[in-house]
Amino acid sequence: MLREAEEAAILSQQIVNGLMLGSIYAMVAVALTLSIGVLKFLNFSIPGLFMIGGMTTWALIRAGTPWPLAVGGALMIGAAASLVVERFTWRWMRMAEHFVPLVSSMAFLLLFEHLAVVHWGSELRTLPALFGNADWRVAGLIISLPQLVGLISSIALIWALTLLLARSRVGRGLRTIAEDSDTALLLGVDINRIVPVVFLVSGLFAALAGVVFALNYRQVHPFMGEVVGLKGISAMIVGGMGNIWGSIVGGLIIGLVEVMSIGYFGADVVDIAVYGLLLFILFVRPTGLFTGSLVGQARV
Amino acid sequence: MSGYLEGILVLLAVNVVFAYGGFLPLAAGQLNLGLAGFAAIGAYASAYLSNVFKLSPLIAIPSAGIIAGLVALAVAVPVLRTRGIYLALATFALGQIVQAIILNLEIVGGAAGYPVAAFIRFPTIAAVAVIVVLLVWLLFGTRFGIAVTAVHDDERVADLMGIDVRAFQIAAFALGSAIAGVGGGLYAHHFSFIEAQYFNISLSITIVLYVLLGGTQTVLGPLLGAAVFTLLPEVLRASANWRYVVFAAALIVIMALRPEGLVTGAQLRRLFGWHRGGPGEAGVDAAKERA
Repeated sequence: MLREAEEAAILSQQIVNGLMLGSIYAMVAVALTLSIGVLKFLNFSIPGLFMIGGMTTWALIRAGTPWPLAVGGALMIGAAASLVVERFTWRWMRMAEHFVPLVSSMAFLLLFEHLAVVHWGSELRTLPALFGNADWRVAGLIISLPQLVGLISSIALIWALTLLLARSRVGRGLRTIAEDSDTALLLGVDINRIVPVVFLVSGLFAALAGVVFALNYRQVHPFMGEVVGLKGISAMIVGGMGNIWGSIVGGLIIGLVEVMSIGYFGADVVDIAVYGLLLFILFVRPTGLFTGSLVGQARV
Repeated sequence: MSGYLEGILVLLAVNVVFAYGGFLPLAAGQLNLGLAGFAAIGAYASAYLSNVFKLSPLIAIPSAGIIAGLVALAVAVPVLRTRGIYLALATFALGQIVQAIILNLEIVGGAAGYPVAAFIRFPTIAAVAVIVVLLVWLLFGTRFGIAVTAVHDDERVADLMGIDVRAFQIAAFALGSAIAGVGGGLYAHHFSFIEAQYFNISLSITIVLYVLLGGTQTVLGPLLGAAVFTLLPEVLRASANWRYVVFAAALIVIMALRPEGLVTGAQLRRLFGWHRGGPGEAGVDAAKERA
């Protein structure tokens, strides 16, 4: 009896941990899916923006900035970096082969990572515990408050984003571009003014994920974006490329699969489980779990 | 030859081989982000064959290439069902899985890495690289090159012209993976120690960058791309950590100003005064149309 109760407690704690980790993947996946859904552009610089969010939070807090300012600063720098990426990828290369912007965004990932190494060094950095013991204990479960706040605020932001897409003039323009960018141009949508909005929003989401990661796991380093970014890509595919709510579900699934496979089969098989699931979904149902999205399906 | 110089030249030769592994699928319009996985299969297969069966590296490396090619052939059918960005992501997942499996394979050392007993020097590696370049060049002079370029430019038209699009895509994918496997074998036997962590997504991305920097329209492109990519960081070494930053920035600028890569078919034809170009002519015309 006791053993069973213990196992049930461990299982539910792992579900909580998986959902918390998954919420970070979900935010990265939203950033990626917005870019895919509207621009059909797999933006590989997003893991770099995630890292910028995390490392700037650490750097600002180390410099003595109060944490709300540090968080705000990290978000702003992430969004600004994303606008720089826009200038040099999508804007120039709409006419080139479909994978050229993708490759350029990979170069941006390299650039951001190595700028961080040059500036801060490549070692693992630790953040102080800002909120003391900010864990919330419910029925024997430990729920980290910063992460819960992160999850709730990301869902609120995503809800705001869907409203923006559905109701506003900018949103209408974005949906037209998602449908067909040539037609959008003919209809008088000013692509060069509207597309930066996509980069601004996806930069914000990626940086926010980095901030939440830094505050929760309290460890950052210049290459932190690669592991999380790759899981975010998986989450996006599982949820269905271009579907905003789908990437939340996908993120939570990937987080659960990861935590469960660590818990029950050991850390060695995590990648096999996560990427195996990804490959399986690509073969069986390449459009992911959810289709018919708010920002239009990715058609490549 | 000094050890430093030999090290760089070996890396150059290995990278050239890798670049042709990435070139074949890209010439057929596929972005293979799982090349590092096939390079890892080649490296481990070659190391295992020479360590356990005492095969000479000269036999083990081509066999490893064939093994990598066969694995690619086996997975090509489901993987190539996907296209565009989905194909890139499926190959990416594949590369990650290969890496994760090797990390768990105890007979080749798992996460601790795998020592390789047999050692080969630069002349052997250079000779293999030259053979690979020549073979790809000859291959692209045949009907294969024309067909692959046609598939790249417009699958539907190629299909209407009676080209078996799927067969050529699978062939390009498997051959490219086999070449990447050979590159992995060369790497294993020179550096005497391999670990799965080396064959990560960054390696796949770097290989793709070699090819796209050089240009996919001509067989010369990957050679130039790999050379620039390997040697430029060495030249920039003076500025230590900054070399990667400068390098990535240079790449972004080149891709923005010259998205078709450094070498194009039209350029070569003008340079040498050819009236009837070799492989890639159709690609040039299509690129002009798009631009």
